[in-house]
Amino acid sequence: MSDLATTRPAPNPLANPWIRAGLILAAAVAAILLGAQLDSSGTLYAVFIDPFQQMIQAPDLLVQTIWEGLVSGVLYALIALGFVLIFKASGVFNFAQGIMVVFAALTLVGLYEKGVPAFLAVIITLGVMFALAVTIERVVLRPLVNQPDIILFMATFGITYFLIGFGESLFGGNPKQMIAEQLFLPKGAIDLPILGGLVSLQKIDIAAAVIASLMIALLALFFQYTRIGRALRAVADSHKAALSVGISLNQIWVIVWFTAGIVALITGIMWGARSDVSFALEIVALKALPVLILGGFTSIPGAIVGGLIIGIGEKLGEFYWGPLVGGGIESWLAYFIALGFLLFRPQGLFGDKIIERI
Amino acid sequence: MLYREAGQYKSNYASDMAVFPLREDRIGLGVMLAIALVAIPFLGNDFFIASVMIPFLVFSLAAIGLNILTGYTGLISLGTAAFMGVGAYSCYKLTTFFPHVNIIVLILVSGLFSAGIGVLFGLPSLRIKGFYLAVATLAAQFFLQWAFVRVPWLFNYNASGAIEVPQRTLFGLPITGAAATAETRYFVCLGLVVVMTWFASNLVHGRLGRSWMAVRDMDIAAELMGIKLLNAKLGAFAVSSYFAGVAGAMMIFFWYGGGEAADVFSIRLSFNILFMVIIGGLGSLIGSFFGAAFLSVLPTALKFGLPALGVPLTGATAEHVTFMLVGALIILFLIVEPHGLARLWQIGKQKLRTWPFPY
Amino acid sequence: MKTSNLMKGAALGALLASAAAIVPAAAQETIYFSNNAYRTGPFSGSGIPIGDGMRDYITMINERDGGVNGVKIVYEECETGYDTKKSIECYEQVKSKTIVYSPWSTGATLAAIPRAHVDKLPILSMAYGLSASADGTNFPWVFIPPLTYWDGASLMVKHMAAELGGLDKLKGKKLGLIHLDAPFGKEPIPVLESLAKKYGFELKLYPVAAADMQNQGSLWLSIRRDRPDFLYNQGWGAMNPTAVKEAVKNNFPISKLVGVWWAGGDDDARAGGPEAKGYKSLNFNAAGQNFPVIQDILKFVVEKGKSTTPKEKVGENLYNRGVYNSMLVVEAIRTAQKLTGKKVINPEDMRRGLESLNVDEARLKEIGMAGFASPVKISCADHSGHHKAYVAEWDGTKWTQKGEWIEPMKDEVRPLIEANAKDYVEKAGNWPKRAESCEKSS
Repeated sequence: MSDLATTRPAPNPLANPWIRAGLILAAAVAAILLGAQLDSSGTLYAVFIDPFQQMIQAPDLLVQTIWEGLVSGVLYALIALGFVLIFKASGVFNFAQGIMVVFAALTLVGLYEKGVPAFLAVIITLGVMFALAVTIERVVLRPLVNQPDIILFMATFGITYFLIGFGESLFGGNPKQMIAEQLFLPKGAIDLPILGGLVSLQKIDIAAAVIASLMIALLALFFQYTRIGRALRAVADSHKAALSVGISLNQIWVIVWFTAGIVALITGIMWGARSDVSFALEIVALKALPVLILGGFTSIPGAIVGGLIIGIGEKLGEFYWGPLVGGGIESWLAYFIALGFLLFRPQGLFGDKIIERI
Repeated sequence: MLYREAGQYKSNYASDMAVFPLREDRIGLGVMLAIALVAIPFLGNDFFIASVMIPFLVFSLAAIGLNILTGYTGLISLGTAAFMGVGAYSCYKLTTFFPHVNIIVLILVSGLFSAGIGVLFGLPSLRIKGFYLAVATLAAQFFLQWAFVRVPWLFNYNASGAIEVPQRTLFGLPITGAAATAETRYFVCLGLVVVMTWFASNLVHGRLGRSWMAVRDMDIAAELMGIKLLNAKLGAFAVSSYFAGVAGAMMIFFWYGGGEAADVFSIRLSFNILFMVIIGGLGSLIGSFFGAAFLSVLPTALKFGLPALGVPLTGATAEHVTFMLVGALIILFLIVEPHGLARLWQIGKQKLRTWPFPY
Repeated sequence: MKTSNLMKGAALGALLASAAAIVPAAAQETIYFSNNAYRTGPFSGSGIPIGDGMRDYITMINERDGGVNGVKIVYEECETGYDTKKSIECYEQVKSKTIVYSPWSTGATLAAIPRAHVDKLPILSMAYGLSASADGTNFPWVFIPPLTYWDGASLMVKHMAAELGGLDKLKGKKLGLIHLDAPFGKEPIPVLESLAKKYGFELKLYPVAAADMQNQGSLWLSIRRDRPDFLYNQGWGAMNPTAVKEAVKNNFPISKLVGVWWAGGDDDARAGGPEAKGYKSLNFNAAGQNFPVIQDILKFVVEKGKSTTPKEKVGENLYNRGVYNSMLVVEAIRTAQKLTGKKVINPEDMRRGLESLNVDEARLKEIGMAGFASPVKISCADHSGHHKAYVAEWDGTKWTQKGEWIEPMKDEVRPLIEANAKDYVEKAGNWPKRAESCEKSS
């Protein structure tokens, strides 16, 4: 180990004459093709011109698409936030975040179905999430402390399996209605006439955006100004240093997992109100992964910005370019957007700079 | 007493560098091969061979493939299932084009297509590392799975989008299609897996394998030592995807026998194979077998074994209990031995060396 | 070295084998019927009511009549979680015991079809699975009553025509197909395409990837842009309630949204709230409790605490469909007993029973299902029958029948089925030629 921390300069690809020649050639070919295909039937027309024309012709749909993307982006960001919190504090890539969303929502709805009043059910669910955090810390994290990342990642898969079985055996696997009304979440839509069209904003989506923003603001305040928040940031910086100044890692982990549980509950309520509470939601949680690589594993603002970019990007892509290849590209477009960014910033947009030492 | 290296002298380099330097190990290997070749087909019933052994062999091969990438080269991939799918679909296309070529040849060739796609999606690995790479490989997973559904050429424009496995024979015996007996399919799978494992073992013990391990331990250092990262990393992606592709083709042709193939090669399968590798032991071929046994055989054994033992579990409850048990066992194993089942195996052998007089 | 876990496996196998030996010893004068169920996983919302309906009808037959002609049916479920891998396991597990294989997923059916023709085990895939398998000449062991997805697609076109006032009015209209991006979802496409060409309407496809079942935002934006006149929803599981919700959200006229029969769950429609009133679904069984057969189930099974279904859920659409499926099984057993004169039948007898199945109006009345379903008749060549179905409408609390029972366009569908079956058999290479002789009666 040397103290000389050398960051590797990214090799400038343009320095290579071959690459430069290739790029010029590619540009020339593209220009020729473009010239040949700019009439309204060519492929290039369909890819480069037509979608933008559509955007201009029907600006209301464009606004609506961006709004839809914004809302799903906020929800992706919420799931990603759960990942980031845990990754920062305990270095665990928490695969179980998706199932925690389902589990929290199921517990809430399941309790309500068993006759518990809605808000009491929320409080009990929070209690359950706290118990879960304590259990995970005791049973999984503590014995596995100091193990390689991949082992901890694996352990969260064990948690996922366990929670799937546990949740289903308690509450059954059939989809349930989210108790949106009982929680005073608004219903219906606001129709705004803009730009000669109609944009309809779902009140629940507005509520989701507001609640998510509030929650992020609260978390930021919590991290910035409380003792526990400072301890959390210390742990995120260095476990060993934090330990040496008397911060209890175990306590911090419980708090972080509990916070992730709260985030999961809120995510679950929002997604559940938009569609349904069922185990299929777990798959939606995978959508948070491109958000993570885009934003960086360690950055809360990254999770938010990443979520918005991915959300809006995939909706625009699917809506305007999807029909060209038969639709359904939403399932992978997010990963390619993230991959594109990653090639230029391997640590994500806001991630900690990777410093390699030898 | 039974298992001891004392008295076994090595008089040349070749015997010193052998993969199994101990006579006992070689005997053990022989015994196990004999069990696999003789005891299992004779003693196991159809259900056991078709639903336990064949999946186990297929998953073992896929896990070996991923282990080459993740365990030996240190690159995490979550796209294994998609690469398996590439193998399966290319094998299907190949056997449509060349119905008279032996299916085993085609299965081995289809791995090459998978290797090619693997290299393509492995390119970002030159720049991205760790979990970032893992998520980047998800792009391959989702894109390829989408392509399997969306490119009708891949499933011969079948109206239902499914692929059907035609009957192919080896020495006059049907080995694919429904007419092939479980035993025949098992023997073919076993043969392929043994040969491929031998191949993998030679690779990882050779020059390429050593360069992979150097890259895994520290890629900058490896680069300084003169290992070309480009070759090593892309080589690992190619070999790993080749194994995955062959495993995928085997999966559809010898196990599933056609059907909704796109659905089979889902993200869940990718995760499962990664977990087989981790549970079994990173960087260990035998660990791949252990991991495959643990994660593929255990749920089946619990589901059908528990009711058979008289535990009154049926239907959904059994499924829930299986899920919880598997989850708990994963955590338990990780706590007991984070380096995987392969490490337990090693410890066991170490203990056996000094038995019955441990010091 | 690696083979050491083969040893473990061998021990396990011995265990499984010994267990398998114990089980059938108890079975005397009973018929064993195993059903693939999925009470777990993302599709369990649809799987649970179906499984309950199937089990309750069989239990009712055992309780009320003491079985079929005195032979009790041993009903067991094999849990699949709608996973093809587990379905194949289930197939291997039950193939030597059950009289008929009930796959309950298109993927499982596709995987089982070649196996069943070798193992000589009949498959009953009720209105799901491979449409081409309606061709009994090439698929003697697969049964797909009362109709196929292709019939469903043609019914959708007929429904559109009826709403618009005639097939000639279809010209220039737009039909959108929302479908799960998997073989199941893509089934209706060929028929809709050929009908679109014939009647001059436009077909728009809206695929939903399995991962985006609950995330259909952009899809519905496209629907808003394209403004189709009708939407046909070939969806399953969590995809359906989401689609209904999105339709409501996007102000799509809900009465123009028609689901395939599998999109007609009560939970699917309920998700849309009061605005979902008017949501439609194709259907081949009636919903509700006002049938003698459902009353008997309530009396002999549910009220005696032998069911896992709460009383108010009995009579839901998917529950009744489970009942209908079990009815087909029971009637086929009865037919087989009559044909062979045996009391305890084997799979081969069951195949003959299914092939001669003829549940006419009189028989429906006898078993308390008058008006519950249309008569079903299967023949040697036609393993589906392409029977009538109707369009059901959600009235805000329950499914109601709207309009008449309509006949699918058999003359459109049948040639496609035969061509497709031929294609399947050719590609499979060495497909077993039908050796089973047809019954004289059919």
